Amino acid sequence: MNVSLFVTCLGDQFFADACADAVRLLRHVGAEVSFPLAQTCCGQPAYNSGHRDEALRMMKHTVDVFEDADYVVLPSGSCACMMRTLYPELAGSSPEDDPTAAETMRNATRELAARTYELSQFLATVVGVQHLGNGLDGQRVAYHHGCHALRELGVSSEPVALLRGAGARVMEWSADQECCGFGGTFSAKLPEVSAAMADHKLDTLPEVDVVTSADGGCLLQLSGRALRRSSDVPFRHLASLLWQGVTGTAESEGRT
Amino acid sequence: MSGNSSTFRPASYREASARTLRDTPEVRDSVGSATRTFDALRTKAYAEVDSDRWRDWAQDVKAHALTHLDEYLEQAEQSLVANGAHVHWASSADDVHRLLEAIVVEHEVRTVVKAKSMLSEELEVNAHLDTLGVRSVETDLGEYIIQLLGEPPSHIVGPAIHRSLEDCRALFHEELGTPMDADPDELAAAARAALRGDFLAADLGISGGNFVAADTGTIALIENEGNIRLTTSVPRIHVALVGIEKIVPRFEDLAGFLQLTARAATGQPIGLFVSLIQGPRRADEVDGPEEVHVVFVDNGRTALYEDDTAWEALRCVRCGACLNICPVYRQTGGHAYGWTYSGPIGAIIAPGLLGLDRALPLPHASSLCGACVDVCPVRIPIPELLVHWRERTVEEGRNSVGERLAMRSYAELAERPSAFSTAGEALRWTPWRAVGKALPVLSGWMQEREAPTPSPKSFRDLWREGIE
Repeated sequence: MNVSLFVTCLGDQFFADACADAVRLLRHVGAEVSFPLAQTCCGQPAYNSGHRDEALRMMKHTVDVFEDADYVVLPSGSCACMMRTLYPELAGSSPEDDPTAAETMRNATRELAARTYELSQFLATVVGVQHLGNGLDGQRVAYHHGCHALRELGVSSEPVALLRGAGARVMEWSADQECCGFGGTFSAKLPEVSAAMADHKLDTLPEVDVVTSADGGCLLQLSGRALRRSSDVPFRHLASLLWQGVTGTAESEGRT
Repeated sequence: MSGNSSTFRPASYREASARTLRDTPEVRDSVGSATRTFDALRTKAYAEVDSDRWRDWAQDVKAHALTHLDEYLEQAEQSLVANGAHVHWASSADDVHRLLEAIVVEHEVRTVVKAKSMLSEELEVNAHLDTLGVRSVETDLGEYIIQLLGEPPSHIVGPAIHRSLEDCRALFHEELGTPMDADPDELAAAARAALRGDFLAADLGISGGNFVAADTGTIALIENEGNIRLTTSVPRIHVALVGIEKIVPRFEDLAGFLQLTARAATGQPIGLFVSLIQGPRRADEVDGPEEVHVVFVDNGRTALYEDDTAWEALRCVRCGACLNICPVYRQTGGHAYGWTYSGPIGAIIAPGLLGLDRALPLPHASSLCGACVDVCPVRIPIPELLVHWRERTVEEGRNSVGERLAMRSYAELAERPSAFSTAGEALRWTPWRAVGKALPVLSGWMQEREAPTPSPKSFRDLWREGIE
């Protein structure tokens, strides 16, 4: 099984270790992992803030980069959603001078969407993994559901089941499905409300050993706010935690 | 007072929301707990029925009514006139003000009782009546509370949602002489007693309208307190202010909408009172007004209607479900939005009703989490419409030059992988903690959070070195 890893711009710079853990996980379940070096950004920051032309350019670039991939796997629910849900929409509603080229792009985005997966979604639904190891035995974990993974991709039970399968105790958290307040440029445009949203998540957080999520953006938001509030709860990307599930030891440091 | 000189200030959203969070943190507690309660009730009420199918149906009926709006509005007018009601068309708040003035002068109206109507808030009816020397009394308990406080509503369904029981106790103690430890029933009884005199004294009752069935000319009103029933039946004259988008084709459509709206709004199977008004008191009837005026109001709705994307927002039934589940709304309540309609629905209709220039930055007041879509009874694709208005903002050049340049450069970099990774490298080695506060995007981030620490090496480098 050939998997092309799209680490995303945030993953490349801020979650490099977690992306390496994603490679280890994919290899562990038997995948041949490639990393197309021409990959950059999926374009979601531009799309969400209304810069459609720029989003289209980044979409076209990404479609080209992953044209030949059997599977595209991302350690991010949000960027996976951009490719699975929003690319076909973006391509479908953007008239071009050349109708043939437009039709080709629409087909290309639809095909790419069907081959694209968030990491835990890929492990659970395509590979069919239920049990990775017991390396998280007894760990109390809070799982934050990123909005795009949860609502657009419908990924909610998969990451939780994988964590539990590795022995973690995924704790009840009343706000686990409520937005953390990241929202890309939203977090910088309206920082006060965005921070209040993170505060609600943190205020309701149960006693845990680690907080995790499939999305780096959410983790930066929550950990950055927690740090500002002088909280010492560790935050780690789902990929790293799942790899710890396999090995029993943390390959990388948490983000605190 | 004209619509354009109004007190609406969406432009101050950021300052107002920051101020609410900083100066009145108890608002966040009241709004947070009330909205989470409302949403839990809605979840339960949706689960009791085949709500997915109901919502599909409601979406279809509303979409059909809107795509044949001219026909149904004419039919509604004919039906209402045949029932003996007067029908008026108002294109703006000024039109409504003039019409009310004429009625008030002709009938020498001194006191108006009002049934909860968001449209009347949008049209700033009370302020206008005040300039005419007419006393208007809000009769919905929540509206009554905020009228005493001199505040606008902060929620479509629960106008006083930002206020705690303690606030209400103190207010009623001062205004109505109730004890400081009065329970909610005592408070409601005191308001009821005070309002009874106003109902009897009023010459005019003003209501909104949740739905208008075109075939029979039926105005449908949902409530829980009985004050709408009294407002529309005790005074000699009843004026119903209705947005042109409130049309449904058939009387029997009301059965579905009345139930679905109540489930979405408060988790009830149906409102405790439903009034179906077709015209003035008939010869064989004991109760009811002598005159009924139905005012179909545009006030910017046509601008929404003509937008191929944004028109979907006109399906809205004003249930408030999107406010209740919205994590952004939950932090501040509605006042920060600076306009009648707050939360997700407010942010997508404001650019139509007020104009995009006056509505900004409301379309940006969302993390696009999508929770609202899951609860909307008429399935308005709210995040898509938010992005639509953000795109219009860019197209019309209403965003900052800095943002435009940044996005353009970012897209250019993203098409050139080697430049992109070099830029990423440079960013990773920028001492953000030191310089971030001087940078446009990062300063917003760092105001409330610690700057993120980049990985020691990019993944690209780790890959080149080989991952074991």
